[in-house]
Amino acid sequence: MSAEIQHLESAVVRFAGDSGDGMQLTGGRFTATTALSGNDLATFPDFPAEIRAPVGTTFGVSAFQINFGAKAIMTVGDRPDVLVAMNPAALKTNLGDLRSGGVLVVDTGTFNPRNLQKAGYDADPIEAGTLKDYQLIEIDISKLTLEAVKDFGLGNKEALRCKNMWTLGLMLWMFSRKREPVTNWLQKKFSKAPTLADANIAALNAGHAFGETAELSATLKRYQIDAVKSEPGLYRTVTGSQAISWGIVAGAELAGLNVMFGSYPITPASPVLHTLSGMKELGVVTFQAEDEIAAVCAALGASYGGALGVTSSSGPGIALKGEAIGLAISTELPLVIINSQRGGPSTGLPTKTEQSDLYQAIYGRNGDAPLPVVATSSPGDCFDAAIEACRLAVKYMTPVMLLTDGFIANAAEPWKIPDLSTYAPFKVQFVTEPGEAGFNPFKRDEKTLARNWAIPGTPGCEHRIGGIEKSFATGHISYDPANHQKMTDTRANKIAGIANDIPAQTIDQGEATGDLLVVGWGSTYGPISEAVRCALAEGLKVSHAHIRYLNPFPANLGDLMKGFKQIMVPEMNHGQLKTVLRDTYLVDAKPFTKVSGQPFKIVEILDGIRAMLGA
Amino acid sequence: MNDMSAAKMNEPLKPADFATDQEVRWCPGCGDYAILKCMQRTLPDLGVTRENTVFVSGIGCSSRFPYYMNTYGFHTIHGRAPAIATGLKLANNDLDVWVVTGDGDGLSIGGNHLMHALRRNVDLKILLFNNKIYGLTKGQYSPTSDVGTRSPSTPDGSLDPSLDPISFALGANAPFVARTVDTAQKHMPIVFTRAHQFKGTAFVEILQNCIVYNDDVWAKVTDKASAPDHQLHLEHGKPMLFGKDNEKGIRFNPATFSLEVVTLGNGVDLEHIQVHDETSLPLAQMVARLGHKEGEPVAMGVIYAAPRGETYTEAVLGRVASAKGRRSLQDIMKAGETWVVE
Ligand SMILES: Cc1ncc(C[n+]2csc(CCOP(=O)(O)OP(=O)(O)O)c2C)c(N)n1
Ligand code: SF4
Ligand SMILES: [Mg+2]
Repeated sequence: MSAEIQHLESAVVRFAGDSGDGMQLTGGRFTATTALSGNDLATFPDFPAEIRAPVGTTFGVSAFQINFGAKAIMTVGDRPDVLVAMNPAALKTNLGDLRSGGVLVVDTGTFNPRNLQKAGYDADPIEAGTLKDYQLIEIDISKLTLEAVKDFGLGNKEALRCKNMWTLGLMLWMFSRKREPVTNWLQKKFSKAPTLADANIAALNAGHAFGETAELSATLKRYQIDAVKSEPGLYRTVTGSQAISWGIVAGAELAGLNVMFGSYPITPASPVLHTLSGMKELGVVTFQAEDEIAAVCAALGASYGGALGVTSSSGPGIALKGEAIGLAISTELPLVIINSQRGGPSTGLPTKTEQSDLYQAIYGRNGDAPLPVVATSSPGDCFDAAIEACRLAVKYMTPVMLLTDGFIANAAEPWKIPDLSTYAPFKVQFVTEPGEAGFNPFKRDEKTLARNWAIPGTPGCEHRIGGIEKSFATGHISYDPANHQKMTDTRANKIAGIANDIPAQTIDQGEATGDLLVVGWGSTYGPISEAVRCALAEGLKVSHAHIRYLNPFPANLGDLMKGFKQIMVPEMNHGQLKTVLRDTYLVDAKPFTKVSGQPFKIVEILDGIRAMLGA
Repeated sequence: MNDMSAAKMNEPLKPADFATDQEVRWCPGCGDYAILKCMQRTLPDLGVTRENTVFVSGIGCSSRFPYYMNTYGFHTIHGRAPAIATGLKLANNDLDVWVVTGDGDGLSIGGNHLMHALRRNVDLKILLFNNKIYGLTKGQYSPTSDVGTRSPSTPDGSLDPSLDPISFALGANAPFVARTVDTAQKHMPIVFTRAHQFKGTAFVEILQNCIVYNDDVWAKVTDKASAPDHQLHLEHGKPMLFGKDNEKGIRFNPATFSLEVVTLGNGVDLEHIQVHDETSLPLAQMVARLGHKEGEPVAMGVIYAAPRGETYTEAVLGRVASAKGRRSLQDIMKAGETWVVE
């Protein structure tokens, strides 16, 4: 091709269309191909809660955003450079985000009076000339798709379903991506319906060819984004749900236990249930229970029997599990509870992201019931975080809360596949002999304070446990006041002691002392990281610390914060970590919050930093 | 292993071997004592070991049971024992798992879990102690309380109709359903044994007297004088006869499509009497309701037993076992689209 290819460092593309337009699939395939070209990337699937919202409505719009580049990509990007709007509703709901001067591709075939009205447009925005701030590319994708697939004998509706592949073809051309990974995938996906495979491939090729022809007439530009320089190794893309599932299996293997996973479907946690249900090869047992209470109870029953019980849900389900988690704390049995957080309270925003279950994780049970809380910060990070949760659960005989969120669960990123042989095992040693004085389930390891673990089936170690307070000395039921004090103290000390068994808190970026420390946790890692990078470039004395261990905190966290004049805590909640930090360290941590169901934009945090520093 | 248990190793176990040193804390005269004694007497005859036996319970007076059994035991939370026991079986299917629950624990707060454990055919032996009252919380009415039950929360008598545990279990698709009573020291072991031998979920309702908060709710059924007229002892393949001299029986009336009490003689012969068939679900459903009307006896023994072959846990673990080892986690992570960075 003759025309010039423009080299870019990175680009943000958003596909938006009706729920039925296949935007998630289009985004997913664009992601896979982009990953294979060696770019770093981050994705943000944003879909409605309704399974099939009425066609053409604004609340039925489904979008998928990808930020990819030849440099390290930390966020999904604040503003798209390219927006593909498959109908008026998609344009209406997404245009506000498109950067001024950005490329706007619209399927004019859908801009009819009915769709415009459904989207709430009084006049066709294309004709009204309101889009002149953008590089508008009008294409009747619907018509071109029908033409491309006309030889395959599909009905009108089926033929129009290929629109997304036409669009994908065009985007692959625009960013100089290969089509083979997509065609291979289509052939595999439609192996039982070869006509559909051929039609979709024809649409893909037609979209691509359209780009080449349009390029000749200079209406379209083409871009190239080179491969990112990453650490050598074998890579793949991974979603948070995949990585957390694999991490659980890896953790159980390192502990020498089988996984028994109990769960009840809920958005956005279900993909973990689905992933683990497909892992029987690794001895994973999954149980879809009648509700979240049964799910956690079955997991706990399995732990009692000598497996690693794991359960997973989202906020509403975690609320139901509370009593059983208390039983796990009282009986001191290992258990991993995964919370894929979503917007709350109550049903809240099921498909939108939030970090508002931190209080629930740390405090959400009756009684003095401490447990370790570990948070993931990106899709790939879920793997190691899950392994840590398993390690703490078995080493300290305790339930562990593993916090992730809807954004991390669904987002994908390139991931260097870890070499499992490099992980240090933490094999569980069950007690197999009762010992001289007979078996006492509440005899403790002096260092970790973890109790003895003997499992049913072990001769001579028969014992009874339950949720009633137990004697520190014998493990039998005890209502003695002094004993309850001692047991409550012991349970608290056991969890507090974990602070000495986790890595010290590090500064992610910036100096060890300065004017402002930005403290984050969870999926805000990307935007905070970029914002701090920009602020440092502006010469501000700012640093970033991202906390993985939220209970207990790393032992050095208090001292580390003392090195800064101010502390700012960006969170997707109403200021929960801020409160916990203030309570623990009596520091003047300032909240910086957002609860719109959308991740932070870099510029929002950057503006927050500037405001705090008067810059 | 300590000396005492080493010496005992090869001797057959005795009832005392299944008792713990913990002081039993039920009210004097509570029906739970008799059930406990009976279980401790029955287990040695079943040839089970202490280490492979687990009692899992919820919360309630009845749910204190595991503390008094010298086996493995888990006193859990209110209503959730069936779910915990299901997970335990999924971790180790070789264990003999008994679930002990009450009418409140199993049918009120835990009704959902009980229902699903029954239909799933998890190999659990579920004993529901039915005293028609909340004992532990000091006597409020329960889902099995008769209408009109006066209790602290229903001072003028309860208004809501009650639930029949046996009908519930059959409705929940339980493959084994039986009933016995705390006073029947000879009958209980037979029912426990049948439940234990059954492959799959076995549900046993045990009529139990709460001497403090609901004394004599079962008096008609248990009193020596009235018992023969109020207990129908079921035996598979045998006619359903009862009464002091087996002078009464149960007949199927096709016109009303129901069971009715008849007295033998006056044209009613043995051949008119319904023969018990454990494998018949429609019959079991009718037998379950006997006792609700005046003059009807309450059915005792195995009401329904229809083995279903593989249990839930066998099926689940079987699938896992046949898939296991095909690939490693490392293989799975490397499968699909990957690329190499040099
Ligand atoms: C979540 C919860 N709610 C309420 C209770 C209080 N509670 C304990 S036992 C019980 C009822 C027990 O009745 P039942 O199951 O019939 O057992 P019984 O004491 O009669 O043997 C109740 C309401 C509790 N322990 N936990
Ligand atoms: S309250 Fe009733 S059921 Fe509970 S121990 Fe006393 S007599 Fe037994
Ligand atoms: Mg009761």
